[in-house]
Amino acid sequence: MKTGRMLLATALVALFAGGAEAQVSVKLGVLNDRSGTYADLSGEGSVIAARMAVEDFKAKDKGINVEIVSADHQNKPDIGSNIARQWYDQDGVDVILDVPTSSVALAINQITREKNKIFINSGAAASDLTGKQCSPNTVHWTYDTWALANGTGSAMVKAGGDTWFFLTADYAFGHALERDTIAVVEKSGGKVLGTVRHPFPGSDFSSFLLQAQSSGAKVIGLANAGGDTINSIKQAAEFGITQAGQNLAGLLVFITDVNALGLQTAQGLVLTESFYWDLNDETRAFAKRFAEKSGGKMPTMVQAGVYAGTLHYLKAVEALKDKDSAKVMAKMKEMPTDDPLFGKGQVRADGRKIHDMYLFEVKKPEESKGPWDYYKLVATIPAAEAFRPLDQGECPLVKG
Amino acid sequence: MASVSERMAAAPSARAAVDAAHLHRAIFVGIAIFLAVAPFLLYPVFLMKVLCFALFACAFNLLLGYGGLLSFGHAAYLGTASYICAHTAKVWGMPPEVAILLGTAAAAALGFVFGSLAIRRQGIYFAMITLALAQMVFFFSLQAPFTGGEDGIQAVPRGHLFGLIDLSRDTSLYYVVAVIFLVGVLFIYRVIHSPFGQVLKAIRDNEPRAISLGYATNRYKLVVFTLSATLAGLAGATKAIVFQLASLTDVHWTMSGEVVLMTLVGGMGTVFGPMVGAAVIVTMQNYLAHLGAWVTVIQGVIFVICVMLFREGIIGVLARRLKRPL
Repeated sequence: MKTGRMLLATALVALFAGGAEAQVSVKLGVLNDRSGTYADLSGEGSVIAARMAVEDFKAKDKGINVEIVSADHQNKPDIGSNIARQWYDQDGVDVILDVPTSSVALAINQITREKNKIFINSGAAASDLTGKQCSPNTVHWTYDTWALANGTGSAMVKAGGDTWFFLTADYAFGHALERDTIAVVEKSGGKVLGTVRHPFPGSDFSSFLLQAQSSGAKVIGLANAGGDTINSIKQAAEFGITQAGQNLAGLLVFITDVNALGLQTAQGLVLTESFYWDLNDETRAFAKRFAEKSGGKMPTMVQAGVYAGTLHYLKAVEALKDKDSAKVMAKMKEMPTDDPLFGKGQVRADGRKIHDMYLFEVKKPEESKGPWDYYKLVATIPAAEAFRPLDQGECPLVKG
Repeated sequence: MASVSERMAAAPSARAAVDAAHLHRAIFVGIAIFLAVAPFLLYPVFLMKVLCFALFACAFNLLLGYGGLLSFGHAAYLGTASYICAHTAKVWGMPPEVAILLGTAAAAALGFVFGSLAIRRQGIYFAMITLALAQMVFFFSLQAPFTGGEDGIQAVPRGHLFGLIDLSRDTSLYYVVAVIFLVGVLFIYRVIHSPFGQVLKAIRDNEPRAISLGYATNRYKLVVFTLSATLAGLAGATKAIVFQLASLTDVHWTMSGEVVLMTLVGGMGTVFGPMVGAAVIVTMQNYLAHLGAWVTVIQGVIFVICVMLFREGIIGVLARRLKRPL
């Protein structure tokens, strides 16, 4: 009898002890492209990254219950916004992660603000997310067009590439990328010898590449994206442009593109990224664990951004023991960021996450020691210079 | 004697027509009741999306199923209307009803111009002309400054209908969309059962014969083309208000392909087929989204099965089983 009562008491104490540890349940939704152009860049890898962040954070031991859901937005804004609304309204999702493709990201940005949830973008390039369309509910983690144009533009000029020729996709995105990069190149003391606009989407770049070649510019800037960039790099390789001493500078190229092209074709290409798996011991350790789960693929900067963003969010929730969007956002901006992949940084008032960016050059096939050994570091762009200054983004949050 | 046998032959078909009309009325009432209670069972934004695409598919079916004209550029009207609607609502600050009407009017005008060019040719040439013109619209949407290029027009305000009803609430917007949808499909139903619709079917089945009977077939074709474009525009403009955005997806050629898929899966040339087809495709895109790449694969497999096994589409097969026109 006595033992029975003891047992009951112990059980009750245990129950209360468990209850005293404030339980917060959060639901994270990874929304990205799982079937199209950006599936390799983000896709399932981003879900793996988010899960790893939850594991590494030991969320369970800290009283945070995390559930992760994922979906494919097929790069269509209406599908993406439908899923996002459903997640927020019906499924109790608190945070949406990743979301490549600018049009979808901007749509989710609006919905998240309307529903007062949190959006941690890693995949999209649109610098408007922290500019004109900035929102108190959005963090833009990994990169944006301004950072890429700035990184490649300024660092290339410093490295001696002071004359440029641009190959630009003829639509708003290409024009913006070209304009931003030209501004940076000229500010750093470089000279632009000419530009040529190619139709979007394009398939034959030979005449444009010949113009670029005969311009004699040291650097050919590719102000295009996706399939256009891939095709122009391939055709440039056929013309032997990089072997002849000119540099190709990709303004929106990712490691997955380099992987798809192969080193033979992509060698000599310079590009800016915010993360490379082979940067230091911590990134290598992360990449090794990641590769085990993803069938040998190394993490991209977008996937790394999902990992780091999730980690930072969970830290804020842990500190507050609460998941109220406004409080968590304030905490995320107040607390400096620190994670093994991007190092120390901060989230600015406009939602822009600040960290170092890196200018890489793609190795020659003989320099590469194994699969995914693609980049050599040319320059590090310090966090303070890597992103658009706070007062130049026309973000209403900053003025107000 | 002859007149009696004629009357005998005519009577069952007349009765069949009356029967069909009764059946259709019952189905429409059923749809209206379903639409009234649906938001309590299903997610309203999802339902609105289904309704927009259902109207789009019905508009397309008016042209393909009853006019016998396969347009491969219907995205142009959907997309133009959604851009115009989004722009007028966001930049000009128009109330939603005016924005939707302006979008629809733009699609009507575009449909009239493109239609008058396209109907000069037939079959594959007709399809190619519509595709080419639609690609021009895509290019225009990509380049024009007001469309925002690949970012699209974002953050379109839903506004207040007639200055009274706040559409930012999903349920109120849902009922507005449901009414637009019902008006749209009832209009289509009226068109295909009017004398105009009869002539249209005659042209579809045998154009030289219709010409020999004295019908100016080109005029009929142009009217049905414009009507179809207008209704597609209505769907597109409504969609822009629902999702608060207009983007390149709506003018891309894959959208033109998707509406063909919806119509064929549901049943071409049936009244209710395109609605079912649109519901099936949109539901797949939505509820299978977590399967990732498999969505498009499944979509393809369903299309192949549909074409191989039941070419009349879901509703077409059902209608044959029931021996009733649906």
